[in-house]
Amino acid sequence: MTPSSGTTVQAGDGIATPSGHEPDARGHFGRYGGRFVPEALVAALDELAATYEKARHDDDFLGELNRLQRDYTGRPSPLTDATRLSEHAGGARILLKREDLNHTGSHKINNVLGQALLTRLMGKTRVIAETGAGQHGVATATACALLGLECVVYMGEVDTRRQALNVARMRLLGARVVPVTHGSRTLKDAINEALRDWVTNVSTTHYLLGTVAGPHPFPTMVRDFHRVIGMEAREQVLERTGRLPDAIAACVGGGSNAIGIFHAFLDDPGVRLVGFEPGGDGVETGRHGATLSEGSPGALHGALSYLLQDDDGQTAESYSISAGLDYPGVGPEHALLKDLGRAQYRPVTDAAAMDAFALLSRTEGIIPAIESAHAIAGALDLGRELGPDAVILVSLSGRGDKDVDTAAKWFGMIGAGESAEDADGTAIAQRSPAAEPSPGTSSAEPGAQTEGIQL
Amino acid sequence: MSERASAPFGAARSRRAAQDRAQRGSAGSVSDVFARCAAEGRGALVGYLPAGYPTVDGSVDLLTAAIEGGCDLVEVGIPYSDPVMDGPTIQAAADTALRAGFRVRDVLTVVERISAAGGAAVVMTYFNPVLRYGVDAFARDLAAAGGLGVITPDLIPDEADEWLAASTAHGLDRIFLVAPSSTEERIASTAAASSGFLYATSTMGVTGARGTVDTAAATVVARCRTHTALPIGVGLGVRSGEQAAEVAAFADAVIVGSALVAAAGSTGVDGVRALAAELADGVRRAGVPQPA
Repeated sequence: MTPSSGTTVQAGDGIATPSGHEPDARGHFGRYGGRFVPEALVAALDELAATYEKARHDDDFLGELNRLQRDYTGRPSPLTDATRLSEHAGGARILLKREDLNHTGSHKINNVLGQALLTRLMGKTRVIAETGAGQHGVATATACALLGLECVVYMGEVDTRRQALNVARMRLLGARVVPVTHGSRTLKDAINEALRDWVTNVSTTHYLLGTVAGPHPFPTMVRDFHRVIGMEAREQVLERTGRLPDAIAACVGGGSNAIGIFHAFLDDPGVRLVGFEPGGDGVETGRHGATLSEGSPGALHGALSYLLQDDDGQTAESYSISAGLDYPGVGPEHALLKDLGRAQYRPVTDAAAMDAFALLSRTEGIIPAIESAHAIAGALDLGRELGPDAVILVSLSGRGDKDVDTAAKWFGMIGAGESAEDADGTAIAQRSPAAEPSPGTSSAEPGAQTEGIQL
Repeated sequence: MSERASAPFGAARSRRAAQDRAQRGSAGSVSDVFARCAAEGRGALVGYLPAGYPTVDGSVDLLTAAIEGGCDLVEVGIPYSDPVMDGPTIQAAADTALRAGFRVRDVLTVVERISAAGGAAVVMTYFNPVLRYGVDAFARDLAAAGGLGVITPDLIPDEADEWLAASTAHGLDRIFLVAPSSTEERIASTAAASSGFLYATSTMGVTGARGTVDTAAATVVARCRTHTALPIGVGLGVRSGEQAAEVAAFADAVIVGSALVAAAGSTGVDGVRALAAELADGVRRAGVPQPA
């Protein structure tokens, strides 16, 4: 371990050491979680749970996971002081946990390498996955290339268009990308299609689920593979500042990066845990994906949790500019943390997230994933609420290369029918003379318009 | 789950419906359906169609045609936004019904009309619409409408405490599924939680008509027989009279869904009646089910 990293945590620590916040034997977090699945999948879920339980106490498995996460992923990920960004957050000190610097560009690789190793242990040769933004799909395609596994990724057709770069990456890595053309043609429908594939091919196939949702054991197992984020960050923040942070900000779609960073601080009552959900056009418009803020309990994709649904229990269509957060469900442990009041969940509009996207790019030289920009927007608000003495830890879950096209269109650099290569480098300068967004912009402000962005 | 003050069917109506059924000597219970078929020296034909497809009235006509053609029991489906156990045919029908404005309460209307005409009906539904309606309220209102039970493709007995209590309280059969991948222990525990019949999926996969019936079907039925005296129905993939005869040779019921939905879409009530008649002939041809 290099002394400069500020942490001695190994990736395997997240699975080897119990968190003290375990579900019951059948995967229930309070009333949430469990298994709302066809009987046909129960045997595979039992096999997965047993394989995982054995692996987390197996030195060979832990050693290989540690080696891969260090030498391949590049863990530990650094902690960056965002000093220029902090000026826009009421002077509060903002620390970025840099999951965007992991190999493949997001936190997703933490879970993917773990499950890919489990796939090999189970003797399965084929992996399927769902993806929204494409980050989980790219990470899965990467791990499958590394371990020589067949890989099929289901992706909503809408998402294949708005994240075209990641589709190309997955195909370069040898994965088959299957666009899903029914329903809302986004992440929810990609999961439906992956479940249909799984129930048909379960004897040879592992469903490498990318978030802390789904049937037991996924919410617990995926969480544990991501606990390394918070375990590292806790040591790094203590070493850097001599104290615990006042608040932690993370974006929440399914909730994997959020649960990963929250978990190491669950027993620190002085640390506020705040998840930022996709507010889309504003929750009052009905076009959003703010499941915990606006949803109600129900069963979807194998678990009981909060979900966006109508009076009949039909799943509502979610919306977000961020493909990775555009999901009407959420992991069951987040549902419990909300009910307990241990974590709070707030919506961040597309407009506020894109303001934060531009601000982080211009002040810190870091182009974040639009998903992670929701957490940045939230941190700016938290900073203004908590004041200049506060320390705020932000999960910067992914990088924004994949979002360049979306951002160029949002900021008017290119027209709807053009791609990023058409972007005129002078467009931003002509559009607005000021260098940075105004510090007063609130992420909770529902009417924030693109015209208000000062680039 | 809270009961709805505006629920269309009250407890008094539930009792009345049960008395009516008893007086008519009609459907009665799922066991009665199987008993009647056994008395005729044959297995049962069970047909699935979604409520509200293509409209609420249209679905009553189609289900009626299925019964006239020879279905002994009908499964009335609740169209759902995320049918992960269904293939393209039933997904498309659910979409059509939802776009036409189907509401969950409409399934009660459909069941009531089928039952009033002497038909035997159970509901087949993913669990979230029932959770949202209120598990006890749904059981109460379905019983009042004359429904005999519920098939729950994404609810396993492990998660079904509330449904076990509600189905008992309102006298409904609960039909759980077993699969070729089920362990002996799970077949035993699932059968123990079931009533009416046990639903065995013939293959690993989603709904949809197939060219051949998976050989796993006979094996899974044989495994179920060692754990339960309940009748065993086989579903997934049956589309012709010939296949129905093949399955009826070892199973107590042949369950047909996608093929009927496809017939409804292409040739309407006449197509459904004709296919049901062909399937019923196949079941009769097979005679008494023999242990596989």
